[in-house]
Amino acid sequence: MFEFDTIAAISTPSGEGAIAIVRISGEEAFAIADRVFHSPSGKSLIEAPSHTIHYGHLKEVDSGQVVEEVMVSIMKGPKTFTREDVVEINCHGGLVTVNRVLQLILRNGARMAEPGEFTKRAFLNGRIDLSQAEAVMDLIRAKTDRAMNVALGQMDGKLSRLITQLRQALIEVLAQVEVNIDYPEYDDVEEMTIPLMLEKSNWVKGEIEKLLQTSSQGKILREGLSTVILGRPNVGKSSLLNSLVQENKAIVTDVAGTTRDIIEEYVNVRGVPLRLVDTAGIRETEDIVERIGVERSRQVLHEADLILFVVNYNQALTDEDLRLFETIQDMNYIVVVNKTDLEQNIDLDQVKTLAKDRRVITTSILNEEGVDALEEAIAAMFFEGSIDAGDATYVSNSRHIALLHQALDRITDAINAAEADVPVDMIQIDVTRTWEILGEIIGDTMQESLLNQLFSQFCLGK
Amino acid sequence: MPNTFEAGTFDVIVVGAGHAGVEAAYASARMGAKTLVLTINLDMIAFMPCNPSVGGPAKGIVVREIDAMGGAMGKVIDQTHIQMRMLNTGKGPAVRALRAQADKVLYQQAMKQLLEEQDNLTIHQAMVDELIVEDGEIKGLITQVGAVYRAETVVITTGTFLRGEIIIGDLKYSSGPNNQQPSIKLADNMRDLGFEMVRFKTGTPPRVNSKTIDYAKTEIQPGDEEPRAFSFETTEFIMDQIPCWLTYTSPETHQIINDNLDSSPMFTGVITGAGPRYCPSIETKIVRFNDKPRHQLFLEPEGRNTQEVYVQGLSTSLPEHIQRKMLETIPGLEKAEMMRAGYAIEYDAVVPTQLWPTLETKKIKNLYTAGQINGTSGYEEAAGQGMMAGINAAARVLGKEEVILGRADAYIGVLIDDLVTKGTNEPYRLLTSRAEYRLLLRHDNADMRLTEKAFELGLVSEERYNKFAEKRELVKAEINRLAEFGIKPRLVNEALTEIGSSPLKDGIHGTDLLKRPELNYDFVAKVTEAPELPEDVKEQVEIQVKYEGYIEKALQQVEKLKKMEGKKIPEQIDYDAISGIATEAREKLKEIRPLTVAQASRISGVNPADISILLVYIEQGKIAKIAQA
Repeated sequence: MFEFDTIAAISTPSGEGAIAIVRISGEEAFAIADRVFHSPSGKSLIEAPSHTIHYGHLKEVDSGQVVEEVMVSIMKGPKTFTREDVVEINCHGGLVTVNRVLQLILRNGARMAEPGEFTKRAFLNGRIDLSQAEAVMDLIRAKTDRAMNVALGQMDGKLSRLITQLRQALIEVLAQVEVNIDYPEYDDVEEMTIPLMLEKSNWVKGEIEKLLQTSSQGKILREGLSTVILGRPNVGKSSLLNSLVQENKAIVTDVAGTTRDIIEEYVNVRGVPLRLVDTAGIRETEDIVERIGVERSRQVLHEADLILFVVNYNQALTDEDLRLFETIQDMNYIVVVNKTDLEQNIDLDQVKTLAKDRRVITTSILNEEGVDALEEAIAAMFFEGSIDAGDATYVSNSRHIALLHQALDRITDAINAAEADVPVDMIQIDVTRTWEILGEIIGDTMQESLLNQLFSQFCLGK
Repeated sequence: MPNTFEAGTFDVIVVGAGHAGVEAAYASARMGAKTLVLTINLDMIAFMPCNPSVGGPAKGIVVREIDAMGGAMGKVIDQTHIQMRMLNTGKGPAVRALRAQADKVLYQQAMKQLLEEQDNLTIHQAMVDELIVEDGEIKGLITQVGAVYRAETVVITTGTFLRGEIIIGDLKYSSGPNNQQPSIKLADNMRDLGFEMVRFKTGTPPRVNSKTIDYAKTEIQPGDEEPRAFSFETTEFIMDQIPCWLTYTSPETHQIINDNLDSSPMFTGVITGAGPRYCPSIETKIVRFNDKPRHQLFLEPEGRNTQEVYVQGLSTSLPEHIQRKMLETIPGLEKAEMMRAGYAIEYDAVVPTQLWPTLETKKIKNLYTAGQINGTSGYEEAAGQGMMAGINAAARVLGKEEVILGRADAYIGVLIDDLVTKGTNEPYRLLTSRAEYRLLLRHDNADMRLTEKAFELGLVSEERYNKFAEKRELVKAEINRLAEFGIKPRLVNEALTEIGSSPLKDGIHGTDLLKRPELNYDFVAKVTEAPELPEDVKEQVEIQVKYEGYIEKALQQVEKLKKMEGKKIPEQIDYDAISGIATEAREKLKEIRPLTVAQASRISGVNPADISILLVYIEQGKIAKIAQA
């Protein structure tokens, strides 16, 4: 029953591009945008004339934290693509930014658009003519099938099991509430009390929060791929870092409560968010391998999603280089053979042998050569999925993340209501909704399962 | 068949005078249609073959809805109950429900009298054998004695009579409930007419003589002291109530049942019909939940002028001598004389997906079915359907628009939509969890939801409507008053502190104060100097203000639903011509033939992509039409 609510989606191709657009369509489009958009003049979008563009910032509703600097186009229906009110948020390109913006919009009342839904609305609202109707239907079918396959493919077995487990806990609560309502005189059914409901709801809330934290994209979106530049002194690590930072726009980030004692730079490389960890300790110590023995530095390496291992084109591989190769042998790395502006003294075949199937890129950062190739290699690794962002590859699908956020909001409502002593059957409304939303993630929202639970769990009669 | 003779012409004929039949006939006659009701036995009008009670969670709200539309059930039970209780009073307002214990005989008598006194209504005792159908339209029917009655519309409400069979142990015989004559020819006739039928099963417990019960071993279950009524019109309350009693099965009872499962028709294969999960026989309970040390049994008097007591919870089809042994093991019933044995009954039901949401059959125009024949169980479910079928049968004759209650309008709407959209594979019972908008479908606001509509249909009098409209105005005015009333901290803080509610820092409005969980309307009324108001108005104000947030959320969902309900599917739609729809969805859509996109979306097997494609297809048709014009 979603046909007429407000939808949102990224409407530019994913990955590269200097600008990305998040499009919102529907009755609530302006209201939702106004919730998060702040213009320097303080004017709201809803009051602005149609078909105008506005500069400002998107901010989190609760914390007021700035999410992104944007240009927002507002278009009142019916002179829009969908004939509904449409807001288009132009933000900086790249996976992180645009997804953060989309998530912000989804958290504030829009629903993730189904495949082909903008086009469908355009048609339903009379924007597209009759001859295109068949095409629209084919598009919906094709896109839905593909999206389903993709969604299924992205669904980790662990995720699906965990969601099923959460839903089972919730449905047991619900069944008990229902039995208390429908069979009030049955004394062998324990009364689902508010404290009991609170306990279960808090557990579910905690699990959803954990899921959102460990979700790979969630992590990447918030923190970027943790990337360490490694190498002996004077191989060009600082130059590489500066080059990556200068060439690429730094991402504004402000993760609350994450103070670190290592310097970090956030960059967006072809749509891939990198958190460049400048391992100060490692860089400045004479014997790197010895320094790696230091626990903290070792930990930095181990936590890295990607290592850029820099060696010197101008020198043969040293023992230290070889030991570094050994240290990182099981990690994701790219070998950067730097200083091609100087004479070759390195045995490239030896490097390639040591690197096994890893990419080897030659650069002269001084002459700005090869950095493009390196960036391409990083992007390729990410989009091929050969970078495994940590061990919790739970949630990667935007739709799933959006649904988890919704579920979190509903279960939080339930908890707040329980704490305010609202009757159990009202709290139950939000618990049911949580259960349904979680069901949308794994594609199961049948109401019948509640009744099945009810009758299999309890012996009923009157 | 004997020679036939013409026996009369009517607008509407109702076959059967159980709980569905009486509401159908009563509604049809009140709307002004010339109505005939036929029953196999005039002494069995509105008979309760199972438990002597009306109402309860969800069901009680149905009774209120029937009453809000001018129906009979609420009024009659108000006059004839032996006790009433409001259930779920400790929970939220959405799930409060009234339940009455009925005096079965008085209930029947009062209902019979109500029908007898009703204008436009003829009552006659007859067994209907055959329907007269011409060109896919109902024209009338023929009774056992050859009487031909003609009518524009016919409502069939045969309950469990169609090919009814009673089963006790290995005894199985053809019978309606309580050894009434079963209806066999009509069942065959309906099958011949092409209706798909299913076999369902239900059951009833033994009855015992009150004077042989040792009540000292049981717990008393009295009615509420506060006067209660189902009907919005009831002004006289029965205060002389009779209690029910609670006892339990014992380990010995369970032993006897376990020892005799080989003679239980439930487990020997004698009973093949699907039984209800929510109302299992005692043998089913013990087999399925064998870890439960005991089961509750409620001893419910069947009336004021009888010693017969219904043993609620002991429904069984075990042989009679085993039933007697079971009773001996139950505290309080050791010496109880069994007056009637429990039995199971199997019967034919119409697969309800063969009906439109008006309860008219898709197969035969102007023919309606309602009640247990549609696969439901329960007096209230039957009555609600009966009323709607009666309204629609009369509306058809009178040239009025069809009347369909939505899922957000009434439990009756939920019930009928579930039946015709999803079907059922067991006798269907309403449960509060079936209603997704139950916060809106409350006991207290049935009149607010339905009386306006009932008045438009001619189902309630102008006098009643005016009274209702006045109440509605008072509620509105009081909510507005509270919303505007500014409360100053110094005037209320003392009173707030006194009852343990935190004092105010700033002034707030009356409605905000009422939203505090610990405060009730009376408190807020006092501090805001409210005018004197009737109790039902106060209740409305309190509920509407207190739960405004939740109600608002539910209304937003309903708004979306209404938009989808507004998308009608053309009657002549050819699902085979829509290329993108998945095969399973196509088959289901062809079978159900939903009237609206909202209904289509509720069919299992029809997914959102199919709905999208359907929407596009319908829109395409509309555009094509405009282009042609």
